[in-house]
Amino acid sequence: MKKAVVRIYMGLIFLFLYAPIITLIVFSFNKSKSRGQWGGFTLDWYAELFKDRLITEALYYTILVAVLATLISTIVGTIAAIGIHYMRGFSKNLILNINNLPVLNPDIVTGVALMTLFISAGMKLGFVTMLIAHVLFCIPYVILAVLPKLRQLNRHIAEAALDLGATPGYALRKVILPEIRPGIVSGALMAFTLSIDDFVISFFTAGNEVSNLSIMIYSMAKRGVKPSINALSTLMFITVVILLLIINKKSEKGEELLL
Amino acid sequence: MKKILASVLVAAILITMAITLSGCGEEQVVLNVFNWGEYIDESLLDEFEKQTGIKINYKTYDTNETMLAKLEAGGSSYDVVFPSDYTVAEMIRKDMLLPLDFENIPNFKYVDERLKNLEYDPENKYSVPYFWGTIGILYNKDMVDDPVDTWEILWNPKYAGQILMKKDVRDAMGASLKRLGYSMNTTNYEELKQAQQALLEQKKLVAGYYGDEIKDLIANGDAAMGLTYSGDFMDLYWDEGDFSHIGFGIPKEGTNLWFDCVVIPKGCKHKKEAEMFINFLLDPETSYKNCITIGYTSPNVETLNRIRQEQPEVFELPAFWPDDSILENSDVYGDLGEYKSIYNQLWTEVLVD
Amino acid sequence: MRKMKILAYPYSVWMLIFIVVPLFLVLLYSFTEGDIHNLAELRFSTKSYERVMEPIYLKVIMNSFVLAAISTFCCLVLGYPVAMIVAKASPKVRGMLVMFLIVPMWMNFLLRTYAWMSILSPNGFLNRVMELLGLPRLEIMPGKTAVLLGMIYNFLPFMILPIYTVLSKIDKSVIEAANDLGASKFKTFMRVILPLSIPGVVSGITMVFLPAVSTFVISGLLGGGKTPLIGDLIEQQFMWEGNWHFGSSLSIILMVMILISMAIMSRLDKNGQDEDKKSVKM
Repeated sequence: MKKAVVRIYMGLIFLFLYAPIITLIVFSFNKSKSRGQWGGFTLDWYAELFKDRLITEALYYTILVAVLATLISTIVGTIAAIGIHYMRGFSKNLILNINNLPVLNPDIVTGVALMTLFISAGMKLGFVTMLIAHVLFCIPYVILAVLPKLRQLNRHIAEAALDLGATPGYALRKVILPEIRPGIVSGALMAFTLSIDDFVISFFTAGNEVSNLSIMIYSMAKRGVKPSINALSTLMFITVVILLLIINKKSEKGEELLL
Repeated sequence: MKKILASVLVAAILITMAITLSGCGEEQVVLNVFNWGEYIDESLLDEFEKQTGIKINYKTYDTNETMLAKLEAGGSSYDVVFPSDYTVAEMIRKDMLLPLDFENIPNFKYVDERLKNLEYDPENKYSVPYFWGTIGILYNKDMVDDPVDTWEILWNPKYAGQILMKKDVRDAMGASLKRLGYSMNTTNYEELKQAQQALLEQKKLVAGYYGDEIKDLIANGDAAMGLTYSGDFMDLYWDEGDFSHIGFGIPKEGTNLWFDCVVIPKGCKHKKEAEMFINFLLDPETSYKNCITIGYTSPNVETLNRIRQEQPEVFELPAFWPDDSILENSDVYGDLGEYKSIYNQLWTEVLVD
Repeated sequence: MRKMKILAYPYSVWMLIFIVVPLFLVLLYSFTEGDIHNLAELRFSTKSYERVMEPIYLKVIMNSFVLAAISTFCCLVLGYPVAMIVAKASPKVRGMLVMFLIVPMWMNFLLRTYAWMSILSPNGFLNRVMELLGLPRLEIMPGKTAVLLGMIYNFLPFMILPIYTVLSKIDKSVIEAANDLGASKFKTFMRVILPLSIPGVVSGITMVFLPAVSTFVISGLLGGGKTPLIGDLIEQQFMWEGNWHFGSSLSIILMVMILISMAIMSRLDKNGQDEDKKSVKM
């Protein structure tokens, strides 16, 4: 009985989460550009996707920035989280609150403020400034993901390691990090998710050099988003699913993936 | 797992190095073009590059305002930009544009005479028209049985909950002003207050304030009518789906004539090449291809003649080819100057109410 | 181990440059008037703040808070069970489930919201199914319910993930001990599991409530612009009205209000504070 309830509940949740994805996939085969009607089945949009120079360029930068931003913010965020965890009192609260600011600020404020900062500092807007901006809004999420795991850590474990003769560096690498690994991974996942999707901040900090998928898609809003974008989203989705299934097969022995 | 992470990191670093290094040592001229999304036949970019050897770095934006904000802030230079009429006026006022050297743009002769020297660029020094049209009422013929030829229909209680309004301060205030018989560029506070009052009264009849989603909502039958621009109707007309049940009405009180233009902003690094590109856009062959792909009304007389021969029925559509009577009665948006903030404040109050 | 806190110093420097300095910029704009691009020519003025204090704008701020609170609550109620279910699954399945929970978020935000419009609109997919089944049509979109749904949709994974990572490592022996001592499943949950998961819950709430207050695309598209939220208003000021001063004042007021609510919340998180006090020795 309980298993059935669990299955139904998760089923509903997944239905909820995937309803828009399915809708998009369906529309990627729609001859009509409009979301209001079905104009017939076609694979044209997929064909057009490969010929489109702008989309390929945008896709490249989107992935590049997302991967780099995730790597950098995860490393910096984890280190910072560990540091913050061992702080106390006023300075700890201060840092935590400032850390929350990029999360609570509307994108437009962060984007415009950063742009103004970069320009005032005489920096040319481009790939680097966009990367900095992405790292900026990703780190707080990594910290928020890693901190609870640090709090969950039995503080005696680290002490025990030191007592047994480990250097703080060794204790960090071999004791603390493995314990908080799920937090690090989930922080990285969230960072990647945010970076892939960002429009406003990217638009203002990217200058005229680079673009990303979000900028392209939002720019299409006025004329109607080309279904090639739906085709792209569908392909990306399928790619990710296949990758996940492959990785899952590889860890056949039932060992924990990363989480 | 560690190995995978390590290799991804190395790959990423290598790729980054490759890009930054490839940037150096290139002597080729690169033109930075900034346009609306989906607003050009992309094959034309390849054609231009092949013809002239000038590479095009093509970036896009979603609204005049975001484009303007980016340009005003500095930090990135663009050589060719495509603002709408009122934005051109604002950019001229803020001294953001370079005057065009028409010696380099001989194809300007193909532009319809009536589309030169308009309100937003009175001496036609800075801009060249790109596409133009009107704003009006997009409607579902099955859901509306009154004639759609007046702004009043958007205020008709019969269609309560079926009306969509554009979330654009100029278009919404403009429609309200025109309905009361005032100019869309008025700076008379009394008139503006009346227009605002009308919009506030209309609010309970309005299903929602949308931007470009209006055409999809009406096409889907979610609403009966909405304030849109002629381009939205043309998008549906040219679309593969069957939208014969959708119509576009232009109010007899008069409406707005919009123009999307091409300009060269200050900070342009390659003016001559930019003018070459503008000339290229005005070439009859290019203009024709662009017009067929995008579907809006071209300013190029040669292109229009050719389309009139090949597809005369398109010229029956008021959304593509409005009557002279409509053109006479219509306002082109000019720059509001300091009144911009008053329009904005009144409009914000309507939305927030 | 206390020496570890120096690990936070590099990030603090980063924060100073990239978070605090821009914040001062926003603060500057909020307290001045004049041409935004000419920093030297700005004049001091509290006009923007006076405008924020007008009742219509305060109402918008209140609405945003209420909506954000409701969606955070819904995310918590819906997400906690999911986190528990995933935490109890076999190790092999767990990772997969988590990935599949987050992958939908890798699809562009605008596209996802458009898809919801197609589903929820008066003539949308949902209603067409309702009609087929002979059920009454739901007038959800545009409207507050649609906005709420959209917000829950976008923030749910951010609530699930931190709670899951904490739940997954709760010492099984603690739960077993509780059972051995005779506690019912419910009591075990309330007295053991729930309290231990609080750090994850707090993170989850932070990652949902904060962005929820300042969201704008969702309310614009799914609410039809009839439920303007503070995010819409701020976006409008910076983009359409070009009034960065008013936009900045709104942002500062928003920031202050949120920081106050977070402070109140951390009072409620006594656990965390006790822990801090206990480990003073270290």
